[in-house]
Amino acid sequence: MSGFRLAQGGIVERSTVLGFSFDGQKLQGFKGDSLASALLANGVGLVGRSFKYHRPRGLFGAGAEEPNALVTLGSGDRTEPNIRATTVELSAQLQATSQNRWPSLAFDVMGINNLLSGVLAAGFYYKTFMWPAALWEKLYEPLIRRAAGLGKAANLPDPDRYEQGNLFCDLLVIGSGPAGLNAALVAGRAGARVIVCEDDFAFGGRLLSEQYEIGKAGAGQWLAACLAELESLPNVRLMARATVFGVYDGGSYGVVQRLVPEGVVPEAFHARQCLWRIVARQSLLASGAIERPMVFAGNDRPGIMLGSAVRTYLNRYGVAAGKRLVVHTSHDEGWTTAFDAQAAGIETCVVETRDTVHADLIAKAHRFAVRVVLGGRIIDTRGAQGLTRVTIATDRYQEHIDCDGLAVSNGWNPTLHLTCHHNNKPVWDGPRACFVPQHLPQGMRLAGAVTGDFSLKDALSQGWQQGAAVAEDCGFKPAAFEALSCSDDPQEGVSVWSVAGKGKAFIDLQHDVTSDDIVLAHREGYRSVEHLKRYTTLGMGTDQGKTSNVTGLAVMAGLCGTGIAEVGTTVFRPPYTPVAIGALAGAHRDRHFRPTRLSAAHQWAVEQGAVFVETGLWLRTQYVPKSGETHWRETVDREVLAVRAGVGLCDVSTLGKIEVQGRDAAAFLDFVYCNLISTLPVGRTRYGLMLREDGFVMDDGTVARLGEQHFLISTTTAQAVAVMNHLDFCHQVHHPAWDVRMVSVTERWTQLAIAGPQSRALLQRALGQTIDLSDGATPYLACRNFMLAEGVPARLFRVSFSGELAYELAVPADYGDAVVRHLAQPGREFGLTLYGTEAMGVMRIEKGHVAGNELNGTTTARDLGLEKMMSRKKDFIGRVMAQRPALQADDRPQLVGFKPVDPAARMTAGAHFLPIGHPATIGHDQGYMTSVAYSPHCGCLIGLGLLQHGPQRIGERVRAYDALRGLDTLVEIVSPVFVDPKGERLHG
Amino acid sequence: MRLPCPYCGERDSREFTYRGDAGPTRPEADEAMADYVYLRDNPLGWHKEYWLHTVCRTWLVVERNTVTHAVGTVVPARNQRAAS
Repeated sequence: MSGFRLAQGGIVERSTVLGFSFDGQKLQGFKGDSLASALLANGVGLVGRSFKYHRPRGLFGAGAEEPNALVTLGSGDRTEPNIRATTVELSAQLQATSQNRWPSLAFDVMGINNLLSGVLAAGFYYKTFMWPAALWEKLYEPLIRRAAGLGKAANLPDPDRYEQGNLFCDLLVIGSGPAGLNAALVAGRAGARVIVCEDDFAFGGRLLSEQYEIGKAGAGQWLAACLAELESLPNVRLMARATVFGVYDGGSYGVVQRLVPEGVVPEAFHARQCLWRIVARQSLLASGAIERPMVFAGNDRPGIMLGSAVRTYLNRYGVAAGKRLVVHTSHDEGWTTAFDAQAAGIETCVVETRDTVHADLIAKAHRFAVRVVLGGRIIDTRGAQGLTRVTIATDRYQEHIDCDGLAVSNGWNPTLHLTCHHNNKPVWDGPRACFVPQHLPQGMRLAGAVTGDFSLKDALSQGWQQGAAVAEDCGFKPAAFEALSCSDDPQEGVSVWSVAGKGKAFIDLQHDVTSDDIVLAHREGYRSVEHLKRYTTLGMGTDQGKTSNVTGLAVMAGLCGTGIAEVGTTVFRPPYTPVAIGALAGAHRDRHFRPTRLSAAHQWAVEQGAVFVETGLWLRTQYVPKSGETHWRETVDREVLAVRAGVGLCDVSTLGKIEVQGRDAAAFLDFVYCNLISTLPVGRTRYGLMLREDGFVMDDGTVARLGEQHFLISTTTAQAVAVMNHLDFCHQVHHPAWDVRMVSVTERWTQLAIAGPQSRALLQRALGQTIDLSDGATPYLACRNFMLAEGVPARLFRVSFSGELAYELAVPADYGDAVVRHLAQPGREFGLTLYGTEAMGVMRIEKGHVAGNELNGTTTARDLGLEKMMSRKKDFIGRVMAQRPALQADDRPQLVGFKPVDPAARMTAGAHFLPIGHPATIGHDQGYMTSVAYSPHCGCLIGLGLLQHGPQRIGERVRAYDALRGLDTLVEIVSPVFVDPKGERLHG
Repeated sequence: MRLPCPYCGERDSREFTYRGDAGPTRPEADEAMADYVYLRDNPLGWHKEYWLHTVCRTWLVVERNTVTHAVGTVVPARNQRAAS
């Protein structure tokens, strides 16, 4: 409880007060605050409990690197867990809740884990809770999951909207610090299309956090002028709250932009976040660097912070991290923290690990009245829920210093995550003591601290030079480099990875990985970086080890007695920071994920009371219950009997329809179908079977010859897209010289099947004089073009799937609704019955027609009894491979029909056929049932199936064994054609 | 990922459908068919692949590096085998 708002300073708008709550407590902050700075300003030091040991934790950083301060925002279905308080822009009525504590943040019973830490060391889950094994799933895992972990998801549908968009530019600048802005300025002035993406809600990067001077004035003035100019350039787009989370192939970048601050409910119909795909000719990574902590005993107490974070809270937000501050540093940077704090009236002491520093620093410390301890180390800290005291040691003495804030500075790690997204590993730069990018994704450049050069001067000049180089590459003429005078702090330092002391010294604060865990991993042989990471879970939290990875590697290198360069590093993968799944999904959720396709006759079917079924994206009529019918089977039986006795109508518009035209259209269809098509006379229709090149059946349908060079083919609903792609492939790759063109017309035509002995009479009544349906004019398998009315072309096909006298009438989809109603009118007189896919399925099984269940990708034409369709007079796709001996083998299961011996017995598709009197083993398996339906015509269940030697075994009996449903039914092998085997009904 | 369609220009990968190795040619001789159907190289580095640009319905032969994901030449498949 030590932070407080300073009377002045910072760039927050003190005139705009925002009320918010944390764990129900009402608090106030200013516009321009982050949630973290507002909490700190209110003296809230304890913000969470650690992952494993439930130790009290406070703010550690001030940006995306934050490992501790994860909070849950909002409530109900807008609950969002694990949000870094440091990156949340404070908004009015923001509701934040701490995580991983019970019953309260201040008193957490799981704090007991801290005392059990011996059991919970690295890899504990590989060693403990091992016995009895059965308890793992039921007891240990749920317990551990409850005790460990972070926030809890809402488990409710996300009520918010997310947008997606594409942007294109010459230069994408990632980060709006001095390097990024200077690059944007030079490239933008030259005329290049520039996009600047800033993760923060304010532009400026470190300029906001430091007391820099650029051109003899405060950096704030330069920043304001720079932003004003960039905003005035029409070719420059500045995007705040926009995180570049991933680098993808071909200069594509994934960016998530928060359109409203986190925790704010967007206006009605407005999106909460937008996922941008930015395609950039080049990018400039100016992401800066993240400060490194030091590892010493008790280094995780609330009040202990990165020095850079202390300066951010001080200079940007006007918030002091404590009333008495100690700076523990191995770098000159730490002294800046002390001077800034002391200037703001905070009593500060520098504990410098080096024995000597630049004389200027000593002189300045003297001037600022900062106490200095050289050659000092912090070996212990105190404070139950917040820091109260540190113990420092030098070679000569130990001393306790009372303080409520401790700033640690140990050099910088370039924020090079995005450079690794194409699997490029950074390399250790010894002199600068940090990993630096070596190879970059294509088109990416670097400027500023990410290069390992940490000075403001370098940032400004590198930004300019890189921005100018991109502009030049894109054909623009950038202005010559103008050096800007600027302040620069000394940048010297050494890296101190670990300070000896008693008590837990944390490396990964989010996953509670201590230096002892690294020692354990080393002792047990998990020394490679990849093993180290997985054994200790170092860097595997939601922060992905932004403050811990390099330190962990350095400690391991120390234990191995090698350099960090030899130990190497793991790489970073997307996303840079967590991305909401909702943003990735965008509008593609719920029904929008798979848009529903409706036939033109859909509305009419709705009016008839149809029940619909999804087939692919389409909704098709499944069956149409009448009042009084209590079971779907009752309805389907009625529909089947009505078609077989009178006339029925079924919407078959969803079948794929492809027009094929050209001089070589017939030759082409001969090539893609296994049967001969070129011999088909104009005005006739033929069943066609398509194979894959490996000889198995791909799809079936009808081929109608509308003209000498004009065909219309149909495909199954499910395969329509695949067949179209296949046909284009066969043409463009195998026979590009052939003169043939094809186009999918599935949506262009409404197609209605009219089936049953009364179908001709009904159609003739409805169509009147427009077409002659007599056997002579329109025989079986005829196809006819005619005009249904003035301006309404129509096609009629005399084809039958039901086995009855039947027609399919096709009209342009715009007329589909009108035409189905036009048929329904005389239909009343004929007892016209609308039937669905269920009745259609029953009738096709009764006729032994194969469908999706049989065309399942593992069957050949021969398996299905269609061997004779394979022409010997031509080449076709699948011809050679269908001749393979194994596909010709006698014992391949072949299509036959089945009936239960006991007509009341159950029989199921999926049952396997076994010989009578043999055990149910795979060795006795003789095939399987593909389709089963109740046949009102036969009065029992009937089935189609694939059985070894099936066609020679008609009349025999086998067992249909379905272990899944516990059925073992005695069935008789019969012909697959149950109704009208001679096909007399087809001809009416 | 972006692919340059010779007709439509550089387009997002979501507009394309991948098919696979564009190396083998459908053989004249029956004996070579099994190899054509089943044998594929899995090279480290440059690879020719079939991609369908579903927007303009052109099958393309795309030269792509399986290591770096770099895209080389892209030609319509029909031009590649125009002689057949």
